[in-house]
Amino acid sequence: MDNRDRALRQMMNSRSFTCDDIAFLRDKARLIRKDIIEMIHNVQSGHPGGSLSAVEIVTSLYFHVMNIDPRNPNWEKRDRFILSKGHTCPVLYAALIERGILSPSHLSTLRKTGSLLQGHPGINTPGVDMPSGSLGNGLAVGIGMALSARMNRQNYRVYVLMGDGECQEGMVWEAAMAAAHHNVDNIIAIVDSNKLQIRGRVEAVLSLGAILDKWRSFGWHTIEIDGNDMEQVLQAFEAAAGIGKPVVIIANTIKGKGISFMEGDPEWHGKAPNDEQTAQAIRELGLEAM
Amino acid sequence: MTLATRIAFGQELIDIARTNKNFIVCSTDTKNCGIDNFGQLFPNREYCFGIAEQNLVGSASGFAACGHKVIVTAFATFISMRSCEQVRSYICYPNLNVTIVGTHAGLQDGGDGATHQAIEDVAIMRSFPNMTIIQPSDEVSARAAARSAIDFAGPLYVRLHRDSVRNIHEADDYCFRIGHADILRDYGNDLAIIGTGILMEKVLDAADMLKEVGIKCRVIEVHTIKPLDVVTIVRAARETGAIVTVEDHNIIGGLGSAVAEVISENLPTILRRIGVKDTFGESGDPESLFTKFGMSTNHIVEAAKEVVLLKRPEAWEG
Repeated sequence: MDNRDRALRQMMNSRSFTCDDIAFLRDKARLIRKDIIEMIHNVQSGHPGGSLSAVEIVTSLYFHVMNIDPRNPNWEKRDRFILSKGHTCPVLYAALIERGILSPSHLSTLRKTGSLLQGHPGINTPGVDMPSGSLGNGLAVGIGMALSARMNRQNYRVYVLMGDGECQEGMVWEAAMAAAHHNVDNIIAIVDSNKLQIRGRVEAVLSLGAILDKWRSFGWHTIEIDGNDMEQVLQAFEAAAGIGKPVVIIANTIKGKGISFMEGDPEWHGKAPNDEQTAQAIRELGLEAM
Repeated sequence: MTLATRIAFGQELIDIARTNKNFIVCSTDTKNCGIDNFGQLFPNREYCFGIAEQNLVGSASGFAACGHKVIVTAFATFISMRSCEQVRSYICYPNLNVTIVGTHAGLQDGGDGATHQAIEDVAIMRSFPNMTIIQPSDEVSARAAARSAIDFAGPLYVRLHRDSVRNIHEADDYCFRIGHADILRDYGNDLAIIGTGILMEKVLDAADMLKEVGIKCRVIEVHTIKPLDVVTIVRAARETGAIVTVEDHNIIGGLGSAVAEVISENLPTILRRIGVKDTFGESGDPESLFTKFGMSTNHIVEAAKEVVLLKRPEAWEG
């Protein structure tokens, strides 16, 4: 029985979510996809592909998994979230808006002068726990936050969302080593494995090799899922709790997920849709444009 | 025998930690400032992250973001360059309460050679918004700097040194105030010598040698390189009209550059900069390196004579 089977069995025994939860989260995910498209269309700049691939992960965290207080985003005992793949911040901003932490009025300000919605997560945005955007840094920051919880006898968890291309950064593996060494058992890393980076396939740019084996050999518990399947995402987060060592969820996803003409096309890593494409995207989501 | 600034600073940290439980240490695999036993003395207050400076600084940022005061210790070369971006984007940008202790700075690192002699750390750290930079000059000021660092809130870079130098300050009446330059000698207004770090002892020796030949200078110690004490420096420029800066660092980007910026904008003044002249260091006994690289007491004396000569209008004509 491999890790995944073990994790799945564990999930089946004690589920903390219902079919209604999944339906609710899928609706939220559609809204978040729409926000992402409209945000990037509005400013004609940003990164839709990797934002869309991570929608199920971020939606489930903000609406089901994480212990947060939307009225008090700096609550000391909150679960922390670090979007290490910071260029995909539209998905984070959309989640903060849909969760009521940020006002929807910010949607049209992305990347504009004076905006709370910086092109990569900044320092003044309510609900953003740490700047990010320079790839490879989030896991290290997460370790500090997770160890702080241990020192202060708090039981929050730290979630770090990374890209698969991001795992090419050496610092990711410094942090992976440190997390296992210090027995950090309240950190959950998620690799949004959408298989693409700006120049094309991750395999072609710089192969990650046996990525699951790498994480395991660094002392991490691994869970592999379809990261665009809301049920599997929820099951994975449930299984990741209480493992007693650092956990990484390898979430196999589709870059540009949910918008037919963006799916699997590296062109949409950092390109904004035009008016026509935006209208089509909103139609495909089964929603009305704002 | 006095203690090197790095050891004095570390010992003081341990002493402070006995009564102040509000800071932790994040360290590497070095014995760079004599606090390798911090974790044994104070369980759960030291985290070693091995030979991995990027993760070290990133993790320190995470701790600080959760409200901890964090002391990070490493060699100045590695902390300023191997983890340069982490200091910038994850300490300075979010303006976190992290003190970065960089040791073995400058040519005084001696035998270790060019790879280990940090001659650009101040230039790098000085260009980061929110960063404050301090550098003690002896055991007394290093101990005082440790207390100031613990009381300080925000990103702070502390530049420390491998070898001991003689004490130029008296422990009893010494006060280390971040942001304030100290006038150590006020022999007269022929020129001002503005120095920082372990070369201050040479600055004082040079001031005495100059006095013997009738040149009376003001000696200013800048232990806070950023923010610079603009008032004290501009006043010295106005009252003396000639300045020599002295530092164990590249003359590009360090104290010499900082003083040049301030006087150029306020009161253009004749200036000579003693320091590493945009070249890499090499292995050797520190004193022989200072002589070879133009940073000895005699070099300070000669630079002082030069600026005094230059500030007289008639000197320009000849």
